[in-house]
Amino acid sequence: MDNRDIVIIGGGPAGLAAAISAYHAGVSDILILERENSLGGILNQCIHNGFGLHKFKEELTGPEYAERYVDQVHELNIEYKLETMVIDITEDKHVIAMNEIEGVIDIKAKTIILAMGCRERPRGALNIPGNRPSGIFTAGTAQKYVNIDGYLPGREVVILGSGDIGLIMARRLTLEGAKVKMVCEILPYSGGLKRNIVQCLDDYDIPLRLSHTITKIHGKERIEAVTVAKVDEFLKPIKETEEYVTCDTLLLSVGLIPENELTRKAGITINPKTQGPIVDSNLETSIPGVYACGNVLHVHDLVDYVSDEASIAGQKAAMFVKNSLISDDKFAVIAGKGVRYTVPSWIIDDSSIAMSIIRFRVDGVYKDHFVTIKLDNEKAYHKQKRILTPGEMEQVMILRKWIDAKPELKTIEILLEED
Amino acid sequence: MMYDVIVIGAGVIGANIARELAKYELNIMVLEKNLDVCEGTSKANSGIVHSGYDAKPGSLKAKYNVIGNVLMEDLCKELVVPFKRNGSLVLAFSESESATLKKLLDQGHKNKVKGLAILEKEAIIAKEPNINKNVYQALYAPSGGIVDPFELTLASAEVAFLNDVSFQFGTRVTHIYREDDAFMVVTNRGEYKSRTIVNAAGVFADDINNLISDTKYRILPRKGEYCLFDKQIGDLVTSTIFQLPTKEGKGVLVTPTAEGNLLIGPNSEFVDDKNDTSTSEEGIREVIRRAKQSVDNIPMPFVITAFAGLRATEKNEDFVIGEADDVPGFFNALGIESPGLTAAPAIAIEIAHMVAQKLEAKQSDNYIIKRNKTVHFESLSIKEKQELFLKDKNYGKIICRCELVTLAEILDSIKRPLGAKTVDGVKRRTRAGSGRCQGGFCSPKIVEILAKELGKDLREILKSSEKSTYLIGLDKDLL
Repeated sequence: MDNRDIVIIGGGPAGLAAAISAYHAGVSDILILERENSLGGILNQCIHNGFGLHKFKEELTGPEYAERYVDQVHELNIEYKLETMVIDITEDKHVIAMNEIEGVIDIKAKTIILAMGCRERPRGALNIPGNRPSGIFTAGTAQKYVNIDGYLPGREVVILGSGDIGLIMARRLTLEGAKVKMVCEILPYSGGLKRNIVQCLDDYDIPLRLSHTITKIHGKERIEAVTVAKVDEFLKPIKETEEYVTCDTLLLSVGLIPENELTRKAGITINPKTQGPIVDSNLETSIPGVYACGNVLHVHDLVDYVSDEASIAGQKAAMFVKNSLISDDKFAVIAGKGVRYTVPSWIIDDSSIAMSIIRFRVDGVYKDHFVTIKLDNEKAYHKQKRILTPGEMEQVMILRKWIDAKPELKTIEILLEED
Repeated sequence: MMYDVIVIGAGVIGANIARELAKYELNIMVLEKNLDVCEGTSKANSGIVHSGYDAKPGSLKAKYNVIGNVLMEDLCKELVVPFKRNGSLVLAFSESESATLKKLLDQGHKNKVKGLAILEKEAIIAKEPNINKNVYQALYAPSGGIVDPFELTLASAEVAFLNDVSFQFGTRVTHIYREDDAFMVVTNRGEYKSRTIVNAAGVFADDINNLISDTKYRILPRKGEYCLFDKQIGDLVTSTIFQLPTKEGKGVLVTPTAEGNLLIGPNSEFVDDKNDTSTSEEGIREVIRRAKQSVDNIPMPFVITAFAGLRATEKNEDFVIGEADDVPGFFNALGIESPGLTAAPAIAIEIAHMVAQKLEAKQSDNYIIKRNKTVHFESLSIKEKQELFLKDKNYGKIICRCELVTLAEILDSIKRPLGAKTVDGVKRRTRAGSGRCQGGFCSPKIVEILAKELGKDLREILKSSEKSTYLIGLDKDLL
């Protein structure tokens, strides 16, 4: 058995940023466990640019963004193991992993940082009726084939779901010589970033069919066509609008699910809305000394925010190791009207922290609404936003001075208001 | 070359018949139109080992069900196939429904099913806390069980193969005619000559029979749709939960599978096309609605896939087992719908015995009983995992993260006797890709491993059938 101060599960953007920040916070006994054969996570297959605008004020590709962190990990001599799969974490913070070199590894960690990322929702979760032929891929799987392996999954493509990976793949497949016939989105708005709709669909004349879904998959061996239909306000397909669209490939970009199987096994409390662990503003989960950050915590749309969030997890984990965390008291953060969830769910009562970030998503499209923060029913913040959509993560700051002004404070609520 | 027996079909029935026939000194060939064993009804069913109260007394279904139920446990031990006698419950929600339970109980006694009992509400809920609390009574059948139908078929075929039974895949029978004392079996890949034929062609068994016999049969394929759930909720129920049977069959069940998932289904719908295993929105909705009558809190977000299978319902609604009256040497295992999986071991022994008698074959004295050792890495203890790793480093490399399938297991599934040649073949042998991400992460890796092991390009790797490729071209190849 090995003993470590900090074990980080996952060597993607979250795990790397957490490691670097933990190191700078004074802990050097860090081990990153990565299941793939290189650090960087899913960024390695994201060869398009647009990463790092917030963080570095530059437009980097995925691999370039990852490289900035991987280089620091190397410079700081932070230890990592590749092709190492964690198979179990226990409540008393043992991490059990496997790899080809050492076999089963048992590490007793003082703290664990969960940074396993997320996976794509498969077809089965949607129950699209029809056959089960080949030629149906999640957008990320197709991205791996095209960008890493150099193979084209098909030549005539329909994409279901307007998540960012689907939009990115619409452009990529077009550039590689495939015909992308349309992107269908069941909701009346896209789940992806506005900039991706412009740069990946509009610029290539790929139609985005909002309020449309696929009602049937045709083709016994390889997919041959899909039936596309408009949906009504209750998302029910309208029979008369059905259209038969031939294709040899269907890509699914219908949502991401945080990969929390290990988290659940360890007995950590999960937020049913995010499918990620419930955390406080230190990003600590329901097990003391176990932290979470990045897409395993909640699905982000920008990696820049993943890096920021992970830096906090790394820093707090280091402080946990050094026993320098000040307070365990906390205030509940409530997702009010129009807000689907918030991360974190608690703000730690620590007067040394001048501000805490709350990230949230709204539950529908809201135009010219106000984002309001209430401290025990008293408005501390009230700001109008031109548009709020579920596809874009929002963030607000909770200032310490507000908290200090309310000695009896119990809850903080984030909500949307019309005026 | 003259075979003693040609078995048509490599589903659970054909594979088990081939395995039983291999116990005799016979020269045997199995012809299968698909590229692998277990590609028809055997891959899309409930995986239930029925206790036998459901079949009409005196029917062949009743006879082979009850014998098969007894044989299944030892056979699964012998072949190392996941099997569990988890017991089953048929639920009644009112006094009037309970009258039907009594009828089933009587029927079960006539069929000589052991251990049947009527349970009261408290006992049912104590046994299955997640069951709909409006339950009134239930028929409990302790001999009910669950089995992995893929493994049962694969293992049977593998043992047959180890005992020198030949298998030809991608071989579709188009004609059968007699030539002197032999049958000529015409296929898309040439003619095969045999002294006898066993017809185990599933939903196509009527077509095969009607090629040669004047006693015509007609199979009306009856579709059943299912939803499969994540293993995380595999223990929502421990027994197999049935509803009262209707004229359409045993109704929608809720059951754990032998692999640890939760399964709900099937509905019942006659279809015209014997290849139609598509799911429908209405069908899946019906399955969910009816399953929730038994277990009201099934968490739907945990569905990982939906699928459909076809029951080979013969118009007389019983199995047809034995030699055709007008064609000596031609044996049918036809109309094998539920409880066909349960009955498979019993049907196999019966048919093999009939064929052996016909051919006056002697028992072989060097029959190999067991297949090569299989490893199910996920279920092993940490210590056992490490021991395996020390023997083979490929056990340290996990390919399928959801089901924890290692490279060693995947290589074995390809290299072992009658090994996998397709991605679905690997999936059925190892479970890689059958978990919650449905192959999202591991299928590219498996395509790559298959290409390497089979010496092919990635574009040639198939999901299951000949045209089911994954990759169509190279980046920019047409630009």
